[in-house]
Amino acid sequence: MRRNVLPGLHLSLGITLFYVGLIVVLPLAALIFKASSLGFAEYWTIVSSPRSIASYRVTALAALAATVFNLFFGLALAWVLTRYRFPGRRLVDAMVDLPFALPTAVAGISLTALFSANGWFGSVLSDFGIKVAYTPLGIMIAMCFTSLPFIVRTVQPVLEDLDPALEEAAQSLGGSDWTIFRTVILPLLAPALLAGTSLSFARSLGEFGAIIFIAGNQPMSTEITALLIFIRLEEYDYQAAAAIASVLLLTAFAMLAVTNWLQARALRYTVKG
Amino acid sequence: MSTLRRKPPRVGDNPLFRSLLIGIVLILGALLILAPLIVIGVEAFRQGWKVYVATLTNSDTRHAIMLTVITALIAVPLNTIFGVAAAWAITKFDFRGKRLLLVVTEIPFSVSPIVAGVAYLFVYGLQGIFGPLLDAYDVKILFALPGIVLASMFVTAPFVARELIPLMQAQGRDLEEAATSLGASGWRTFFSVTLPNVKWAMLYGVVLCNARVMGEFGAVSIVSGNIRGQTNTLPLHIELLYHDYQAAGAFASASILAVIAVFTIIAKVALEGRGAGRRVKPAAILATPETRP
Repeated sequence: MRRNVLPGLHLSLGITLFYVGLIVVLPLAALIFKASSLGFAEYWTIVSSPRSIASYRVTALAALAATVFNLFFGLALAWVLTRYRFPGRRLVDAMVDLPFALPTAVAGISLTALFSANGWFGSVLSDFGIKVAYTPLGIMIAMCFTSLPFIVRTVQPVLEDLDPALEEAAQSLGGSDWTIFRTVILPLLAPALLAGTSLSFARSLGEFGAIIFIAGNQPMSTEITALLIFIRLEEYDYQAAAAIASVLLLTAFAMLAVTNWLQARALRYTVKG
Repeated sequence: MSTLRRKPPRVGDNPLFRSLLIGIVLILGALLILAPLIVIGVEAFRQGWKVYVATLTNSDTRHAIMLTVITALIAVPLNTIFGVAAAWAITKFDFRGKRLLLVVTEIPFSVSPIVAGVAYLFVYGLQGIFGPLLDAYDVKILFALPGIVLASMFVTAPFVARELIPLMQAQGRDLEEAATSLGASGWRTFFSVTLPNVKWAMLYGVVLCNARVMGEFGAVSIVSGNIRGQTNTLPLHIELLYHDYQAAGAFASASILAVIAVFTIIAKVALEGRGAGRRVKPAAILATPETRP
């Protein structure tokens, strides 16, 4: 290893560690400390209470449904944007980022306006007996909106870099489009799809702003975990808030570990020596 | 017959399939992405221009706009300094724990904003680590501007760093080493060698960071205390008006943030035209050998 002649290690690393320590590590450590200062029995009573469990269930199921929808829609969107040329393509490409750029509270009130019983979509859907606003379906729609760009933006670059020769080889062997997609293209996209999926799912689990307007927020049915934490705080029940927040935090860490593992695994097969 | 060899159709180039898929994607996109944007404008002007202007010139709304702008003016530059420092340390030097540092920097991305807000409560709140001490000296962090800024800095911590790190990693150290060996100071090397090469990527991170700071809702709603006319940022003000049955006012305030979102996207596309925002897989950075021959 060559001796590094560049200056500024101490200054830049100092600023970095100070910032990360103060802004990221200290608060999360305080939260974990607070949650762990509860006895195990007390902690368990809070995090396994029926209302908590109901909130995990609705959050996880809605996040799962939203992620599955985004998996198909996001893949289709990425495919259309990279493989086809049509008028307005660049505009659509830019619009994909809107859910990231639009504040969640804004998305929340506008989705509610669209899907409430007298809204543009809600009035049509209610003719078919489908209620979206103030039901778990509304939570799912809000999650779909906020996490859509993750899958599109992780799959798009991989799709762009796909070597046409692979498809040509498969075509020359007589494979149908569907067979080639399934056996050649999809396996190459799989790592990006998985990474996008786990990011999308993690984001949906923690989403708050977009959901609370459309969810109805009824305990045991349409109350997401993030909202339950908020409600416990408003009741000055800090211990319960800390305990439930620690559940979300640990889930986030688990998702982060899964994402990193998936990326490392994908790399093992794509990067040569 | 044409002398040009026609390219064979690629997978999915069947005209019927192609039109069908484009059609489905455009319709779903219009319903899920475009419609929410349009409905903001429609709802904001539902009761006419007068109500729209009256809401935006209302003193609480003006205060919320001011607070949002001040928060961004503090949080975004601090975050940019951090991003540049982190990128410099991580890409120009080899040290132990680099991977860990990268992972920790990315944590705010996967943590719920509500969890972030609660976490700050347990640092600076009365029931937190420093709460009693701060209270004794009458220093207000929570339910005041510093708390709002800190929470905003948490949720946006990776924004500038993650744009700069892949780029500076790819550019290597040669130019900086040449400049230093020719006698340029560290600052001179940074400002005349490194910065010109990464300025668009940095700006890209700044634009996205700013959009997130101005729009942050969950984390800020916990640490700000929602005091009308005092600690209400624009997104919190929207919630307040909405639950106050002032839908037109809520959508009028939302329209400001929607316009900022549209400008953010325009800036993003413009910066991408200058080469910013090209994604390098995070794992690919970690995998590149840290020591060179």
